[in-house]
Amino acid sequence: MTTAPVKPAAPPRLKAKQRPGDRIFSTATVAAGSLILVTLAAVTIFLIAQSIPAFTAEPGDLKGGAENFWAYVGPLVFGTIWAAFLALLIAVPLAIGIALFISHYAPRRLAQGLGYVIDLLAAVPSVVFGLWGITVLAPFVQPFWSTLVDLFGWFPLFAGPVSGTGRTILTVAIVLAVMILPIITALSREIFLQTPKLHEEAALALGATRWEMIRTAVLPFGRPGIVSASMLGLGRALGETMAVAMVLSPQVLISFALLQSTNPTTIAANIALNFPEAHGVGVNVLIATGLILFVITFAVNFIARAIVNRRKAFSGAN
Amino acid sequence: MKLKRYAAPAVIAITAALALSACASNEGGAPAAGGSSDAAASTLTGTLTGIGSSAQGSAQEAWIAAFQTANPDVTVNYDPQGSGAGRESFISGASAFAGSDSALNDDELAGSFASCAPDTKAIDLPVYISPIAVVFNVEGVKDLNLDATTIANIFSGKITTWNDPAIAALNADATLPSAPITAVHRSDDSGTTKNFTDYLGKVAPEAWAEKAADAFPFQSGEGAQGTSGVIQAVTNGVNTIGYADASKAGDLGVAKIKVGDEFVEYTAEGAAAVVEESPLVEGREANDLAVALDRSTTDPSHYPLVLVSYAIACQEYADAAQADLVKAYIGYIASEEGQQVAADAAGAAPLSADLSSKVAAAIETIK
Amino acid sequence: MTTTTTPPTRQAEPIANSLTTGILPKYVPWLLLVTSWVIVGSVFVILMAAGVNENFNVVGAVFFGTVLWVIVNYVVSRVYEGPRPAMNRFVTSLVSLAFVIALLPLISLLYTVISNGIPRFDLPFFSESMRNVVGEGGGALHAIVGTLEITGMATLISVPVGLLTAIYLVEYGRGHLARAITFLVDVMTGIPSIVAGLFAFAFFALILNQPGIRFGFGGAVALSVLMIPVVVRSSEEMLKLVPNELREAAYALGVPKWLTIVKVVLPTSIAGITTGVMLAISRVIGETAPLLIIAGFTQSMNYNLFSERMMTLPVFVYTQYANQGTDAQAYLDRAWAGALTLVVIVMALNLVARIVAKVFSPKLGR
Repeated sequence: MTTAPVKPAAPPRLKAKQRPGDRIFSTATVAAGSLILVTLAAVTIFLIAQSIPAFTAEPGDLKGGAENFWAYVGPLVFGTIWAAFLALLIAVPLAIGIALFISHYAPRRLAQGLGYVIDLLAAVPSVVFGLWGITVLAPFVQPFWSTLVDLFGWFPLFAGPVSGTGRTILTVAIVLAVMILPIITALSREIFLQTPKLHEEAALALGATRWEMIRTAVLPFGRPGIVSASMLGLGRALGETMAVAMVLSPQVLISFALLQSTNPTTIAANIALNFPEAHGVGVNVLIATGLILFVITFAVNFIARAIVNRRKAFSGAN
Repeated sequence: MKLKRYAAPAVIAITAALALSACASNEGGAPAAGGSSDAAASTLTGTLTGIGSSAQGSAQEAWIAAFQTANPDVTVNYDPQGSGAGRESFISGASAFAGSDSALNDDELAGSFASCAPDTKAIDLPVYISPIAVVFNVEGVKDLNLDATTIANIFSGKITTWNDPAIAALNADATLPSAPITAVHRSDDSGTTKNFTDYLGKVAPEAWAEKAADAFPFQSGEGAQGTSGVIQAVTNGVNTIGYADASKAGDLGVAKIKVGDEFVEYTAEGAAAVVEESPLVEGREANDLAVALDRSTTDPSHYPLVLVSYAIACQEYADAAQADLVKAYIGYIASEEGQQVAADAAGAAPLSADLSSKVAAAIETIK
Repeated sequence: MTTTTTPPTRQAEPIANSLTTGILPKYVPWLLLVTSWVIVGSVFVILMAAGVNENFNVVGAVFFGTVLWVIVNYVVSRVYEGPRPAMNRFVTSLVSLAFVIALLPLISLLYTVISNGIPRFDLPFFSESMRNVVGEGGGALHAIVGTLEITGMATLISVPVGLLTAIYLVEYGRGHLARAITFLVDVMTGIPSIVAGLFAFAFFALILNQPGIRFGFGGAVALSVLMIPVVVRSSEEMLKLVPNELREAAYALGVPKWLTIVKVVLPTSIAGITTGVMLAISRVIGETAPLLIIAGFTQSMNYNLFSERMMTLPVFVYTQYANQGTDAQAYLDRAWAGALTLVVIVMALNLVARIVAKVFSPKLGR
């Protein structure tokens, strides 16, 4: 289905002479394509191979004295998903707003430039985001978190005691949200722009305001796209490493509190922080957590892509 | 075929990089600055690899810089992967010496060492002493007195506000805010944590029941990566407290620790004095200088919250050339000059003269 | 109310008044915005005078002022224009705000990176390594060389593989294999970078049987895993844009298929492919986590991809930040200078890529 439109229209089975050049070339392309399958398989196989010792790891080999590997990885999985979920909660409404702004509100001539500005965010390396998060954002938001705990401390999510450094999971979620904003925005924008012009004009002709036109024509059309864009953003947020590693005050535990010092850390950050000093089975344990991250992101991306592919028009929009 | 087109920029980039790299102006060639007689006199050549403690990291950086300047044909690599990794790779023969915040334990000593001559053992040499400071950043508080019990309760999360009666009792003059305490600890495994918890466990056993370990034992307080992570967190945060190598404390407030009946500020001399007067671990090889630190000293000229880090080397190397290099390098480290370099670069406490000569004597026996 | 529905925008002024009645003049929202800022600002001034807080009131004033504006704007419009236009104005203000909010971190980030990075953005930074450097001084040449070599090697691996795969998908592929590849390439774009690093580590640690392996080539492999899917996707899009007539014309002249691809299809789409490759490079050049794991870090220059640790720019930034020495400021300055270098490289790549796309193939640019 992917290649049908551009297939060189083969003349009805008038078998051309197979030249050696042709054969070599086509074999090379098949080999390259297969290499991708092999790579993915290799990623899985080698990660599994190196993970096996971890599954039987003794409590002594696991940081924090968890009794077995699964007890160790559980809080990490929770932290990974929790942080990504929070980031998504912040990023998606914002991204939809930005995408709408660029596609339907901003002056036509500016739109592309504005899109590029948002794309610039995607170009900033994650280590720079980390540096910014820890030196600028965390001290900046700390007083706000402090006030939030004072005013809404009765609400479980905002329970105190507030962290004195701002290195909380909510701060991390903000950094993550900024990092995944561009991909969600870019995809949503593409989809909003693909809304059939006639639908929009019909809505306007019936006297709809701009918002009513968007609500009745653009958003329904774009909904599956928004969902899959969010899933792709989720995939990014799940795997993001350096920003979390540098900003978060990590603990291996399960906690929903957003503003405390003890935050559940994520798999990726945990690997990055502990890998340089890991040795022996510790390395295998970290690789095994990486395998689990791989499985989670694979599943998320799988679902996202399956949704995208159902509507071919969106593919390649990143 | 066409691939060449795409490959071309990459190839150009690489060649450009290589051409560019001809001139890392501070590398290669004879040392311009140290063109003294030293360089001419040195006949040592080869590469020496050490792996281990990150606490020693910045001291090792300085030692390597000075040692390589004096011996231009030697390359020393020190890889601060951590004490555990250092000991492990030393045992497996991947490195010629290890830097470690704890001496080899009995199990490790019972085994064999791949880079040592058959049937010979490794020895622990104390080469790096660093006081650990309890740093804090509390608005309106300049001086803070703490005893081990209070520190233990703060870091285990039993004391949660700065105006807690336990803290107030020790600091009659200070105006302590009613703000919550953010206690920052190391989130990574570290010798600093091990020595810090060892101190708390020895001096305030009723408040700190945990065993000394590289990993911080409680799931409370705030974690930060590395010494500088702790310092950053304490500096940028409000109402924070943490522990870190004293050399990195900078402008932060440093708490005085109760020793005996007095409150003592950290000093290099106080740290060195504790190590000097602590007994050696018994039942070891003659040249093994593992120290059993006397944390519960009551002598106010001592500062018992201190980290001792070792260089672990073979008594006898399988490879004589390696032995020469190790001997020269660790000999340099332990020398007065080397200790001074570490003091300048990393704020370490120089070995006392007595200990220094013991270490030197032990190094002499390496072959 | 006869004029129940007012067309959304662009009123032609001179026409009947009945159409413009009930519509706020264009300047009103701006006026309201300024007014709300002033009101909230003065509230903050009063609060500050009362000694409540004196720290972040500029940010607070703008924030609450803007919130107030959104509400006031809605209320005014509702009273004057009716509920539906009011809703429209409300959403317009929210959507515009979303864009402004997204700009804030970008501006703050660029400002921080530039202002902190400039002090050490000097000649020694680009001509020295960190070997034998303690405290001040030193530079990132070893890291820059490492980044160029590793990224260059990753490009050398990814471009042929990625391009050939794209050619396969567009020119040859059909059936299950092609569909599987297309789908898995998409999924592969979502592999977390740290997993790619772990893979390279696990792979080489097992193959070469060195449990603690660190070397530059492994980093290049890890980056390739991240880069190949991006190259495939962008090249595929570009190849698809080549008009079929060109291929058919070549076939009609008796040109073999592979020569058609090499001589006709690729040259036609070269600009787009180059753009895609450059964007792919800019994506992986800033990767930290995989290189931290497999390429490690070192203070010295290392030109050899195949042995020993190799420093790269992102890892340099991270280690300078994470392992500060006694003179912390010197390390931080180097970290920021490294960050600035990285941002400049990435943005330059982005910019050049877009210029290439614009200049060389105006018709194909999106």
